[in-house]
Amino acid sequence: MTDINSIILLVVILLNFFILGSARLVACIRAVALQGALLALLPVIVHGFSLHSLGLAGGAFLFKGGLIPWLLLRAIREVRIRREVEPLISLVATLFLGAMATVAAFLFADQLPLIHASQAGVLVPASLATMLAGFLLLMTRRKAITQVVGYLMLENGIFIFGVLLSTAMPLVVEAAILLDLLVAVFVMGIVLNHVNREFSSINIERLSALKE
Amino acid sequence: MPWLLTAVALAGLSGVPGLFMNRYGSGGERIACALIVAAALCGLGAVVQVFYDGDPLLLAWSWNIPGAAFIVRLDALAAFFLMPLCLVAAAGAIYGLMYMAQSHHPENGRQFRLFYGLVVAAVMLVVCAGNSLLFLFAWELMAVSGFFLITADDQLEEARKAGFVYLAASHTGVLALLAMFVLLEQGSGSFTFPAAGLLVAQGGSAAAIFLLGLFGFGLKAGLIPLHIWLPAAHAAAPSHASALLSGVMIKTGIYGLMRLTSFFSEIPFWWGGSLLALGALSAVFGVVLALAQHDIKRLLAYHSVENIGIIALGLGMALVGRSLAEPLLVMLGLGGALLHVVNHGLFKSLLFLSVGSVVQATGTRDLSQYGGLSKHQPLTALLFLGGAVAISGLPPFNGFISEWLIYTGVFSSAGKDVGGGIAILLIAPVLALTGALALACFVKVFGMTFLGHPRSDAVVQAKEAPALMLAPMMVLLGFCAWIGLLPQTLGPLLLNAVGSWNSAALEMPTALPLQSLTNISVFAWVLLLTCGVSIWWLQRRRHHVVRSLGTWGCGYQLPNQRMQYSAGSFADTIVALFHFGLWTRRHGGQARGLFPVGEHLTCHTPDIVLDRAIIPASSGISWLFVRLRSWVQNGLLAFYLLYIALTLIFFLLWFM
Repeated sequence: MTDINSIILLVVILLNFFILGSARLVACIRAVALQGALLALLPVIVHGFSLHSLGLAGGAFLFKGGLIPWLLLRAIREVRIRREVEPLISLVATLFLGAMATVAAFLFADQLPLIHASQAGVLVPASLATMLAGFLLLMTRRKAITQVVGYLMLENGIFIFGVLLSTAMPLVVEAAILLDLLVAVFVMGIVLNHVNREFSSINIERLSALKE
Repeated sequence: MPWLLTAVALAGLSGVPGLFMNRYGSGGERIACALIVAAALCGLGAVVQVFYDGDPLLLAWSWNIPGAAFIVRLDALAAFFLMPLCLVAAAGAIYGLMYMAQSHHPENGRQFRLFYGLVVAAVMLVVCAGNSLLFLFAWELMAVSGFFLITADDQLEEARKAGFVYLAASHTGVLALLAMFVLLEQGSGSFTFPAAGLLVAQGGSAAAIFLLGLFGFGLKAGLIPLHIWLPAAHAAAPSHASALLSGVMIKTGIYGLMRLTSFFSEIPFWWGGSLLALGALSAVFGVVLALAQHDIKRLLAYHSVENIGIIALGLGMALVGRSLAEPLLVMLGLGGALLHVVNHGLFKSLLFLSVGSVVQATGTRDLSQYGGLSKHQPLTALLFLGGAVAISGLPPFNGFISEWLIYTGVFSSAGKDVGGGIAILLIAPVLALTGALALACFVKVFGMTFLGHPRSDAVVQAKEAPALMLAPMMVLLGFCAWIGLLPQTLGPLLLNAVGSWNSAALEMPTALPLQSLTNISVFAWVLLLTCGVSIWWLQRRRHHVVRSLGTWGCGYQLPNQRMQYSAGSFADTIVALFHFGLWTRRHGGQARGLFPVGEHLTCHTPDIVLDRAIIPASSGISWLFVRLRSWVQNGLLAFYLLYIALTLIFFLLWFM
C-alpha cells in the first residue's frame, strides 16, 4: 500500500517540476490534470474502500482531472495563447527555486511534531512541496492562465494534506473546497476573456492600474 | 446627591428636544437654554450642600462592566471645579440665544446645542467620578463632544483643522491616562479611586503613574509644550463655546492632577519640582506668545495657557510643601491654585463673551481692524475692561486674590531655612514677570480694540450687543468683583477643599494664613472708592476742556487712523526681547531711499511647538511612509503573493 502511495506522490512531485519548467500552456494544463487525477486515487489507497473515500475520489477525479482542465483548455482556445513568453524569473531559475523549495519541504516535514502514523511516508513533504511549487508558479508567471494552474497546484497540495485527515474531515468540507475552486476557475475564465477583450492581452501586470 | 444627578441628566439631555423641533424656529434653543440654566442651579445646589454640610456626597451603584462601578463622589475639591462650571455654562447658554440664534444658524445650531449640553454633563461627571472607568467614560464623552463644539463652523477649513489637531491631542492624552489607571489599579487593587493619602508611592511604578498623568492631564490642561491644540481650537469655536472650553474644560486636566496626587501618602520632591518648572514655562511663554498674536481669540487662548501655568505653579508649590512637610505651603499653594481655577473660569469666560460681542459686531477677529469701539459698544468695553483688570491680577478684582495667596506662600518660605526653598522662591519673579506681561498684553488689546480711531469700515457700523448677551457678562463680572472685594467669604470653603486634598495641611500651629484676606478686602474697597472718586472728579473737569486733537494724536494737527499705534508695533519691543523663543516672521517694512514708495509690513508668530516642531516632523514621517508604501504597494500581483508566502514561512518557522 505505502509503495503505491509513494510512487504516486513521487510522480506528483515530478509533475511539479514539469509544470515549473514548461513554457507551453497546454502541456501545463494537461500535467496539472494528470496530477489531479493521480491524487484522486490517494484516498482510496490510504483509507481503503468506503463510501466516503470513494465519493471523495470520484469527486476529485471528475473536477480536477476532467472538468476544470477542460474549461481551461477551452479558455486557451478562445484567447489563442500557447506559450508563457516572458516569465518574471527565467524557467531555469524557477526550476532551481522549485528544487530548493522541495528540499526545504522535506527538511521541514521532519521537524514537524506529527503523530507517528503521519510521519511515515512522503505525504506531508509532498503536500508542502506541491503547495510551494504552486505558490512559486503564482509569483513568477505573467499569464493569467498560468495563475489558474498555480491555484490548482496549491489546491492539490492541500488535497494531499487533507488525505491524512480524510476520516476526520467531513465530506462537506472537501466538497466546499472543490466548489470554491470551480467557481474561482469560472470567474477567472470570465475575467480572462474580458481582460483579453479590453486590453488585447492577458498579462496580469496590466491589472496594476487598479492599485490606488 | 439627587441635585447633582438631576443636574447631569438635565444638562446632558438639554439639546435633545431641539432635535425634534422646527429647524428655523426658536423653541428648541429656548428649551435647551432653560434646561442648562436649571442644571446649573441644581449643580450649584449640590455645591452649596457640600460646603454647608462639610461632608462629601457619595453614591455607589453597581455597573455591569468588569471593574467598573457607578461611584459618584462630590467632595469640596470637586465642588471647587463644579462651581465655575455651573456659572459659565448658564451664562454661555443665555448668551448663545442671541449670539448663535437658531434662525441665523439653521444648519448647525441644533447639533451645537446638543454637544454643548453633553460637554457640561460630562465635565460634571468627570469631577465627581469615583471610579477609573466611569472617569474615563466621562472624560471621553467630554473630549468627543468638545470636538463638535470646536468644529461647529465646519464649513471653515480653519475649524476643521483645529478640530483634527484637538482630536489627535486628546486621544493621545487618553492613551496615557488608560495606562496610568491600569498602573494605579495594580497599586491600589481596584478601579475605585482610593481615599486621599492612602496609596504608598513605590519607586518606579509611582513615578510612571505621575509621568503618565502629567502627560495625559497636561495635554488637556494645555501646559507648554503640550498646549498644541489649544490656540487654534479656542479661536475657531464660537465664543460661548470657547468660554466653556477655556474657562472650564481645560481645568479638568488640573483637576485630574490634583485628584491623582491626593491619592499618595508621600510625594517625591521632583513631582512638585517638575510641575513648578512646567508651570513657570507655561506662564511666561503663554503670555509672551499671547502678546505676539493679532487674532484676538487666539490671544485669549494663549492667556489660558498662561493661567494654567499659574495654577500649575500653585499646585507645584503645594506638592513641594507636602514633600517638605510644610503645611503652610500646602495650604497657600493649593488654595491659590483652586481659587485661580474658579477665577480664571470666571474672567476668561467674561473676556471670551465680550470678545464674542465685538467679533459679532465687526465680523473680524483681527486686532488691526479694530479701534475706537468704545464709542459704539460702551457696555461691552466696560465689561471687557473688568475682565482685563481681573486677568492681569490687579485689585479690586479676583485675579489678584489667587495670585496673592501664591505670593504669600512664596514669602512665607523665604524666612525659613527649608531645603528646596530656592525652587519656591523662584516662583515670585516668574509670577511678577507674568503679571506685568499680561498687563502689557491687555493694554494692547484694550487700546487697539476700544480706544483710538476706527481702522476699518466694519468698526464704524458696529452696534452694541443686545441685552441678552450683556446680562450674562454682567453676572460674571459681578462674581469677579465679589471674589475680589469679599475674599474672606471664600476662606472656609478653601480650607474645606484643601483638607479634602491633604488633611495634614489643616494641622497648622500658626494662625490661619487666610486671615490676610480680610485686610485685602478692606484694601480693595478703599481702592474702589478712590477710583470712583477720581473718575467722578475727572468727569466733572472734562466739561471745561476743549478737545481739538484726537487721542494719541502725537501732536499732529491732522492725524489719520493709519498713524496710530498698531497691534504689532505696540507689542514689538517686548516681542523683540523674547525673540529667542518666538521666532516671529516679518515681511517687508523696510523703507529704502530718500523718497520711499509704499511699503507693506506683516509679521506673524506661529506656534513654537505645533508649527515649528510637530507639523514638520509629522510631514516628514508621512513623506517617508508614502515612499515606503509606493514601494511595498506596487500593484504587482506577484509581489503580494510573495508577501503572503514570506508571512507564511515566517510564522511556520516562528511556531516550530
